[in-house]
Amino acid sequence: MIAYLTRRLLYALPILLGVNLLTFALFFGISSPDDMARIHLGGKRVTAEAVERWKVQHGYDLPNFYNAAGEGTDKVTQTLFVQKSLKLFALDFGAADDGRDIGREIGKRMWPSLVVALPTFFLGLAAYLATALFLVFFRNTAIDTVGVILLVALMSISGLFYVIGGQVLLAKWWQWAPISGYAPGFSGLQFLLLPVLIGVVSGIGDSSRFYRALFLEEAGRDYVRTAHAKGLSPFRILFRHILGNAAIPILTGVVVVIPRLFLGSLILESFFGIPGLGSYTIDAIQAQDFAIVRAMVFLGSLLYIIGLILTDLSYAWVDPRVRLQ
Amino acid sequence: MINIQPTVLISDAVLFLLLAAVGVYIWRARRSENARATWRGVFASGTGRWAAWVMAFFVSIGVLDSLHFRVAVETPAGQAQQYSGEVLSVLDAILTPLRTASEKTYSAPFATTLLVKESVTLADGSVARLAPAITHIHPLGTDKVGQDVLYLALKSVRTGLLIGTLTTLVMLPFACALGLAAGYFGGWVDDAIQYLYTTLNSIPGVLLIAAAVLVVDVQIDAHAEWFNSAAARADLRLLALCAILGLTGWTGLARLLRAETLKLRELDYIQAARAFGVSHGWILVRHVLPNVAHLIIISVVLDFSGLVLAEAVLSYVGAGVDPATPSFGNMINAARLELAREPVVWWPLATAFAFLFALVLAANLFADAVRAAFDPRGAR
Repeated sequence: MIAYLTRRLLYALPILLGVNLLTFALFFGISSPDDMARIHLGGKRVTAEAVERWKVQHGYDLPNFYNAAGEGTDKVTQTLFVQKSLKLFALDFGAADDGRDIGREIGKRMWPSLVVALPTFFLGLAAYLATALFLVFFRNTAIDTVGVILLVALMSISGLFYVIGGQVLLAKWWQWAPISGYAPGFSGLQFLLLPVLIGVVSGIGDSSRFYRALFLEEAGRDYVRTAHAKGLSPFRILFRHILGNAAIPILTGVVVVIPRLFLGSLILESFFGIPGLGSYTIDAIQAQDFAIVRAMVFLGSLLYIIGLILTDLSYAWVDPRVRLQ
Repeated sequence: MINIQPTVLISDAVLFLLLAAVGVYIWRARRSENARATWRGVFASGTGRWAAWVMAFFVSIGVLDSLHFRVAVETPAGQAQQYSGEVLSVLDAILTPLRTASEKTYSAPFATTLLVKESVTLADGSVARLAPAITHIHPLGTDKVGQDVLYLALKSVRTGLLIGTLTTLVMLPFACALGLAAGYFGGWVDDAIQYLYTTLNSIPGVLLIAAAVLVVDVQIDAHAEWFNSAAARADLRLLALCAILGLTGWTGLARLLRAETLKLRELDYIQAARAFGVSHGWILVRHVLPNVAHLIIISVVLDFSGLVLAEAVLSYVGAGVDPATPSFGNMINAARLELAREPVVWWPLATAFAFLFALVLAANLFADAVRAAFDPRGAR
């Protein structure tokens, strides 16, 4: 087990290094710190001195890979690649363009993201699985047909409309909850209602249909017919046999996203004014703050790899045939 | 007679190339009994047929909107004929009444007056507050700057279609070449390709796309001299977005193809071809590719609707098409605060919703019909 985990973590290193090289090529190869400086200083009429000053201020006045002017190890360490890219491995994200420490911002903002994303995720999963089981229970009936048509219609609506429609309908006209805002602790519960509800509803078309297809595939197998033949109740077959055997494909898609819940949802957070990592990322993209975007890319990859490892662990947990070694 | 000069934007050329490729496929499929039977299965179901008609309607709008030209402007005699800098399309020409009849600001569908009142001096010299009459009836009203909403929505169709199809065009060669190679050769080739797609996959999709779009934007801003018109610039931005979506989106299909090729390469007919000394490249093209073609077709059709929806979200995030390009994302973005106005301005958002919903729903239903007909396992 320990050996397995160690090996998986070692496998993760080349992937993270690849992510680093890719983002480095994007931000320092294709575009350059000079371009960055010009955007932030505004427009075309920027003097070369102003660009140099901006680069010095933000620590971009270094060569890419090899610093000939440095001494000893400085030749390698005093470079953009080490300072801006490799330091991410130590979770040292550096400073944003406004001078604030990105690491501290992330530490502060991941909690509001989690407070919204966690209930959305678990309530959503329960709702999607329940819908899918309901439809499979009524398979080959009009209920199933109408349900599937409804799901296809729901998945054809852009996520933006769910948010806009939900805000207008539930908050403005019916006044169920405040239209946007955030407060920590129990007093903030009223603010959570709307984003969580909308987050759950917007995913129902895609996910329920996917789970329905999984369950239908299981429902056609021999062991299900045997179970029917020996007189088990349809409920027991559905919940114990079909749900249990569909667990592996469900876990494959579900567990990998759990660590990513920290990053929050871009759309929900920016529409509902939640000060989480999702809105942080959107603000960074719109302000063209490359330092934050690079940090979030690295963090996202790291969390994805953790998700992959968790997925393998979960296989061993639900399926006694799987042994990790 | 109106003097015009046909203008071909790069995306037009690519689109017509794509249509030609689809034409060649149809011509070939018609001659094969098998392919004809499968496609007949797609159109056999009522929903499949209806979805195909709706898609055909949208595609014809998109094609009409891709035939671009520039109108001649008055030139003194003896000089070379000059053309307007504004690039128009055949669709623009058909919709001339809607395009040119712009109002001052909002007006409701089929309204005869503008939405807001203003002070007007009447014929007898007194001043009254009333809503001014509009110049032209707009079936779906006008937006904030007085543009016809129906015209905007019809123009947005081309953007959606291009993103849904050109992305696929960029993605397919990568997905096919890498997926087949990984599955067929195994060993270090497989390891390298798997490493590549795990790395790409590990980056959150929207972030990777946004990062690439930011970088492209910087380049476009820095090289204003590359473009001779605003249309060419917006066009390049759209193509860049498709390229970025394609370069980041090939991993899913590549994975599917790798798994299928792994199974195929052990089958007797591949082994036999190898024993006869057929080259690897020929085996892949002649024996493996046709047997994974159903996966490619299904995934292309399935991806389309997702890409059209992704455009809306990306435009909201600020990593979508050029803000001046008519697109559903830009329409939603502009209209999303209008529901909070008094009186409520609902028609721009409702129009964007209806068009996007119709397009995506038709695409989804068509994809379902295609999958049902092409998937040998059927039941899904």
